[in-house]
Amino acid sequence: MSVSRVLRPASRLLSASRPTTALRPAFRPAASLPSIVSSRSYAQPAGTKEMTVREALNEAMAEEMEANPKVFVLGEEVAQYNGAYKVTKGLLDRFGEKRVIDSPITESGFAGLTVGAALAGLVPICEFMTFNFAMQAIDQIINSAAKTHYMSGGIQPCPVVFRGPNGFAAGVAAQHSQDYTAWYGSVPGLKVVSPYSSEDAKGLLKAAIRDPNPVIVLENELLYGLQFPMSEEAQSSDFVIPFGKAKIERPGKDLTMVTLSRCVGQCLVAAEQLKKNHGVETEVINLRSIKPMDVEAIVKSVKKTGHMMVVESGFPSFGVGAEIMALTCEYAFDYLDAPPVRVTGAEVPTPYAQKLEEMSFPTEQLITDYAAKLLRV
Amino acid sequence: MELGVPATRFRSLMFPSVHFPGAVNSKFTTALDFERPSEKPAMPTYRYMDQDGAIVDKNREPIDVSDEEAIKMYKDMLTVSIMDLIMFDAQRQGRLSFYMVSAGEEGIAVGSAAALNPADVIFAQYRETGVFQQRGFSLDEFMSQLFANCKDYGKGRNMPVHYGSRKHNIHTISSPLATQIPHAAGAAYALKLQAAQNPNEEPRVVACYFGEGAASEGDFHAALNIAATRNCPVVFICRNNGYAISTPTLEQYRGDGIASRGVGYGIETIRVDGNDIFAVHEVTKEARRRALEGGGKPILIEAMSYRVSHHSTSDDSFAYRAKVEVEDWKRRDNPITRLRKYLEGKGVWNEEKEKATRSAIRKDVLAAFNRAEKEKRPALRNMMEGVYAQLTEEQEAQMRQLRDIIERYPDEYDVSEFEGGLDGLGVKRS
Repeated sequence: MSVSRVLRPASRLLSASRPTTALRPAFRPAASLPSIVSSRSYAQPAGTKEMTVREALNEAMAEEMEANPKVFVLGEEVAQYNGAYKVTKGLLDRFGEKRVIDSPITESGFAGLTVGAALAGLVPICEFMTFNFAMQAIDQIINSAAKTHYMSGGIQPCPVVFRGPNGFAAGVAAQHSQDYTAWYGSVPGLKVVSPYSSEDAKGLLKAAIRDPNPVIVLENELLYGLQFPMSEEAQSSDFVIPFGKAKIERPGKDLTMVTLSRCVGQCLVAAEQLKKNHGVETEVINLRSIKPMDVEAIVKSVKKTGHMMVVESGFPSFGVGAEIMALTCEYAFDYLDAPPVRVTGAEVPTPYAQKLEEMSFPTEQLITDYAAKLLRV
Repeated sequence: MELGVPATRFRSLMFPSVHFPGAVNSKFTTALDFERPSEKPAMPTYRYMDQDGAIVDKNREPIDVSDEEAIKMYKDMLTVSIMDLIMFDAQRQGRLSFYMVSAGEEGIAVGSAAALNPADVIFAQYRETGVFQQRGFSLDEFMSQLFANCKDYGKGRNMPVHYGSRKHNIHTISSPLATQIPHAAGAAYALKLQAAQNPNEEPRVVACYFGEGAASEGDFHAALNIAATRNCPVVFICRNNGYAISTPTLEQYRGDGIASRGVGYGIETIRVDGNDIFAVHEVTKEARRRALEGGGKPILIEAMSYRVSHHSTSDDSFAYRAKVEVEDWKRRDNPITRLRKYLEGKGVWNEEKEKATRSAIRKDVLAAFNRAEKEKRPALRNMMEGVYAQLTEEQEAQMRQLRDIIERYPDEYDVSEFEGGLDGLGVKRS
């Protein structure tokens, strides 16, 4: 084997030809996601109701604010305007201006203020209009929130929640459309979760608010308006989802698809196509929690399927996909029948032009084609 | 304001004041005139006694500090100053990695801390050793932190001089510059909410220290703005000591110090002579009172001084300033000699007391030094613990593996100097 061959990405070994570029637009979620949502074979017992991700997040905050007077929300436009994406709708009327606070436009200032309030014993929810803008406050998140508990010798816990939309959006170019999961996932002291469905959103955000550590909740703008079924259990104010436990969104025996956030929906569509076109049974794992990560669920699934593919929307280098492939190789190498592969965002600042933007992120067609190639079907 | 009332529009014709929402108190003018800050007089510097320890305004009523309190302040400053000399040398001998002295600025720290209520919450930068000393942080507590032994509240995880103590209501010092300023605003907001929820408790303020260099960081501006807009009861205390490591104030800013910025943010502000410990004390006391007025608001104090010391043990300041300049300041004016002159003038202090006190402090510092150096290191589990509120499964597994390896190769790993030795890992063998 020549050196150049060795240095090539493992995925190239699968095939010499490139997978066909998807023709479906990536950013018309209404056209793709609800179909799979409605076609999923959820058991729908009495008492289940439909709820958007936005409503679920709102309900999570309202319930926790009701239960704990120390919880408050702060961010740009979260009060009077009900939030840039209306996630905090109605909270000002319900909890008053001392607990739902509009901030001046200074991310480092209000993120720092919430860190200080957490160090002083409150439980702040810091909303970033998007995580793109949290870059202004990254020092407060990494050097203050994540490290103070450890560096103070455990004197000062910092139970702050940073939340807001993350990942690829539509038509807003490079500075408003990128995925920061890998950034936060690499920092000890932080916990990082990324909900997909309404149940995820409510259960994870409530767990985040109750957690004594700083937690990053990476939501997705394009998921806010989507409806998902909420079980009776999830409608309860006691409902929380434990961190570090992934969810099998769809069981399968031929291929493990590990994914998170909005890509879960895309993977479910791809899994359906793979079943229809090739009779392949794909197991779709929704990570829910990035840090801690449920490696056990991945290993267990790979033992069954022998094939692993990560689908995520971050940049490929040093990303979530890279980490999951590495973990799979470390803990499940002997069960793999082929090298693990990843489908990620492209290594470019997100372009504005629609056609270019479409080519910069995973699409359902791309995921389907790449999976078929991996399985040689 | 009558904004929004239709009559305003009519009134504005008679009284030509602006009703743009961004500056409702402004008046219209036909004179094209730019504001020229360089032509405005600089904000005055408040003082009580001059550099010879004499009261400047003989007609004013004396300040509210008893002789005993003044002597306690003096001894606190002296303790910091003597400990600084010993620890600076200890660093040069390689006995600790790093140290920062307060020379020239002991008055700001001790004087302001003495004016606060002990329950008030403090966020310091790193040159406020006097604040800790004034609050009763003991020599043993200082030394345990500096030597990162098992009695260090920080469990050996932080650089020297990054003290912190829950007991004394002082948050652990954080190295990145200015990050503590927004934290202080947030903590003040928390105190404000707590005060609203428990009206019977005595209201508290937050005091936040930083240097004039840190005031160039974005966090300073963000914090002052948000503290002002959210009415947070916080006293910002800027130590303007003339240098940010090597950068002199002439290159740090063009405006009238840091005080002028407080005005810009709509914050009540005062500039004070930082070498005059009584002035610092009086100003801080008044600032505290104002900060709690009407439900809370921020106050800015700019305390002027001169950094006699090098920035830290990693700095040689004679590379960027003349030694004679420093010697001049040392001789001409510093907070310790000024208070000593005052006390001697009152007949409550003399050379004999000075000598006895200095030698007693020196002895105490060295005794604490020796005790701390001999203490065990923090237990091994502190390496992993505290990253999260609870140990993660992965961390526990790694600690079991660590124990396994140390047990298998005892000759390679001597863990006897750590508290509890191998058992300090707190895990059973895997």
